[in-house]
Amino acid sequence: MKKKAEVVIVGGGVNGCGFAYNLAKKGVDVVVFEKNYLSSGATGSCGAGIRQQWSTHENAELAMKSVKIFEKLSEELGEDIELRQGGYLIAVHDKEELLQSEKNVEMQKSLGIPVRIISTKEITEIVPILDIKGMNAIAATFCPTDGHANPFKTTFAYANAARKYGANIFTHTTVTNIKTKNKQVSEVITDKGSIKTDFVVNAAGISSEEICDMVGIKIPTKPIRKEIMATERLQPLFEAMVISFKDGIYFSQQHESQIVGGIPIPEQKFGYKTAPTVSFLQHMSQTLTRYAPVLKHINMLRHWTGFYDVTPDARPILGETKDLKGFIHCHGFSGHGFMISPMVTKILCEYIVDGKTSEILESLSLNRFKDKKIEHEMAVVG
Amino acid sequence: MSKKKTIVCRCEDLTLEDVENAIHAGYTDIEELRKKLRIGMGPCQGRVCIQLVEKILEKKTGKKIPIKNLPKARPPIIPVSLGTLASDEK
Repeated sequence: MKKKAEVVIVGGGVNGCGFAYNLAKKGVDVVVFEKNYLSSGATGSCGAGIRQQWSTHENAELAMKSVKIFEKLSEELGEDIELRQGGYLIAVHDKEELLQSEKNVEMQKSLGIPVRIISTKEITEIVPILDIKGMNAIAATFCPTDGHANPFKTTFAYANAARKYGANIFTHTTVTNIKTKNKQVSEVITDKGSIKTDFVVNAAGISSEEICDMVGIKIPTKPIRKEIMATERLQPLFEAMVISFKDGIYFSQQHESQIVGGIPIPEQKFGYKTAPTVSFLQHMSQTLTRYAPVLKHINMLRHWTGFYDVTPDARPILGETKDLKGFIHCHGFSGHGFMISPMVTKILCEYIVDGKTSEILESLSLNRFKDKKIEHEMAVVG
Repeated sequence: MSKKKTIVCRCEDLTLEDVENAIHAGYTDIEELRKKLRIGMGPCQGRVCIQLVEKILEKKTGKKIPIKNLPKARPPIIPVSLGTLASDEK
């Protein structure tokens, strides 16, 4: 291991690798430490969705600008990330939800996101296997430029491109301590050696709390175990991701034509336990076959767990604070880290390289939790 | 033995050549290899292919894969229809 790097990134998920790519491309000497393998955390267990329909404008704007980057990313990185823009269809179940949806759509449209409210007739035109009565919908919101991409391939493509620009990525390497000097990060210690640096990026997902502990920073993030399943491959039936905030369900038919989806289990708890539950199997299959009865004939192949690193307002913690210079937060994604990663890593890279800050970085800084009036992201699913 | 004709993963239709190419491209962690190629993600859930991939990878890298790094089994162990899972009958 070399003795010094300009930036050290902790975490080899889509954000860590995307960050490394953006920095290395600008000529920054960057090192990534991943304690397991690339995409082994939240990135590798996620539902692959890319959605611009958020209730807070920061999330909507980050997602919208990320979609623009995703659209050109296969070409830019030279590897196919399997982007498919089949849209996101968000079921609306009652008048109260319709009011919130109208508010969200208005804000999203003002940013330039091509979203609209659609009728139940249009719902089944877009996703013919849906049963309006079963899913109990009165309308939906639909944005055709939403979609999904392959999280593993995106992460690998970022990592490979970063390496081409000179980034050093170490897997199976655990960060054990971070040293500071005069309120400035100075050195990262790992189980394979240590390295001096001026910047440490914490992109460690649910391990971010542990990393913050090493430098004495407290973060209000909690790990929540989520479960998700994949079916066998079947003929292509629909292109949109279908979600419901009320039922918590999301499902889509992916690149290889398997259906991937998840739902929170009724007795969901905070914690790090990874074993999948029988209760998820039942809850997911019952809700999914209620939404799309024809799927009762389809086999589920596997289900697995992953973690959301959830903040009190379900929005990420980004940027630097005055308490510790050179320590860059890039975590707390609360279940939507993949879809906003292209823009998040771009603006954080600009912050490190050019010292450029922005309204989004200001409003998503760790300092916001000192204020009691935080704006909560309402559009969370899974 | 032709590497182009030797099937390693029957579910995803992957040959020995596909697996070796990915290893040469730098996917030397069995989980990264699995996620890159979808080996073990088909109906067999890795029962047929993962041990083969393990041996190929160990031979290519000259390193034994620690048991803790092998892909975890994911339930249900055999494919089960959503209709059966959704049913209340025990």
